[in-house]
Amino acid sequence: MAIQTQGGGPGPVYEHPWFVRFVHWTNATAVCVMLLSGLQIFSAFPSFGAKVPEHDLIDAVPEAITLGGWLGGALQWHFTFMWIFAIGGIFYVSAQLMSGHFRTVLFLPRDAPGVWPMARHYFLFGPKPPSIAQYNPLQKLAYTAALFLGGVLTWTGAVMYKPAQLSMVGAPLGGYHNARVVHFLAMCGLVAFVPGHLVMVAIHGWDNARSIVTGWKRHAEYEPVHGIRAADGDSGSS
Amino acid sequence: MSTPPLRPGTTRRELLKLSPVLLLAAFAVPAWQDRLLETGVRISDRASSWLFRRNHNAPTFAEAEVVPFERFPYNYFDVVDPEVDLDAWSLTVGGAVARPGRYRLDQIRALPRVRQNTRHICVEGWDVIGRFGGARIGDFLDLVGADPNARFVTVTCADRYYESIDIAAARHPQSLLCYEMYDQPLDRGHGAPLRLQMPTTLGYKQAKYLMTLDVTHVLPERRSYWGDKGYSWYGGV
Repeated sequence: MAIQTQGGGPGPVYEHPWFVRFVHWTNATAVCVMLLSGLQIFSAFPSFGAKVPEHDLIDAVPEAITLGGWLGGALQWHFTFMWIFAIGGIFYVSAQLMSGHFRTVLFLPRDAPGVWPMARHYFLFGPKPPSIAQYNPLQKLAYTAALFLGGVLTWTGAVMYKPAQLSMVGAPLGGYHNARVVHFLAMCGLVAFVPGHLVMVAIHGWDNARSIVTGWKRHAEYEPVHGIRAADGDSGSS
Repeated sequence: MSTPPLRPGTTRRELLKLSPVLLLAAFAVPAWQDRLLETGVRISDRASSWLFRRNHNAPTFAEAEVVPFERFPYNYFDVVDPEVDLDAWSLTVGGAVARPGRYRLDQIRALPRVRQNTRHICVEGWDVIGRFGGARIGDFLDLVGADPNARFVTVTCADRYYESIDIAAARHPQSLLCYEMYDQPLDRGHGAPLRLQMPTTLGYKQAKYLMTLDVTHVLPERRSYWGDKGYSWYGGV
């Protein structure tokens, strides 16, 4: 196997296999479309309570953050891109599992102690923990949580789309009504992930951002592990 | 799949692998947008009819879970009461049936009565559990001698509403020609004297104030009041 570092120091690393980059962009697009069209759909009944009497949480979602123009148009966007989102997600998880690449990014209990030092560094200007792997524990937590929320959105979306035909799938939630509430909360969670993600991308600069297109980071600070280990057998994992 | 390319940096091959993502930009072209979205909805409708199971019932609920009648919304697109003459009313049946003609309400009431507590789901997002009573559409189709090879049931209403449903949804055991809510005759706002009630479809498929019913092999030009405006025609849940 190729040794990906040059001279042991910071060097080029192939960070993102093509399926990660591919699904990143298809599903980032799908998330934008589904968020905006979803807010338009929410405008049709901006409440989680009864229809009679109706207590709206807001008058209407501002037009600037909606898509579709009206409920029917928004549903067309939502029902088109749900396939891209769900199929992309299933393909991503399958490819991660089959390639073993998930080990770089999946948050596990053993990563928990590393979350706080990293958060302290980012938010409270604490000391920077050493970079030892492609993703630090805080990143693993964020990406794993985003994937989890994507799964919750797909599940609750399916329950809302087919509460009768997929009634067994919706039973743990209590059916359509609760699925709609959880769908909305999971959307809020995923939206919360995005600013943090984008700020980090901005902070870490072009070399880092480019790798989600080309796969390569030219100046990695860490020893690459990447499923296939470097020829010298140094695992590099913590 | 995880074998990294040997040559570091940007290669044409690595970028080509991502190029299908650019197809999504087609959605930004105004001239193509409607057609792409129509295709998306058509795929969704096809998947929906594939997911439909003839003998799988929509969830039913205990009496205690039914909302009080006063809290069951009156939903309408034009007028809540199109002033149907209830005494003179009959349902005009036509199309691919052996016994076309006018059917009175007592003929429909003579069919086995089904009473069910089911969830009514509106495309807008609200839902309400109500109690409904009526005759199975399937029993009525047998009464009028519907062609077993027919594929659709279309209805028109006393207001300008019209709707069509596929025969599988029509013959579902929970699909009713509904003449009762909460054990009382259907009131005017809820579609007196007869409406569709199908817990396997969204509310807009469940047309009220029925005046005609036709059994057909093809969908008419005017398929569905809201479906023609952009909602999914299938509308199954």
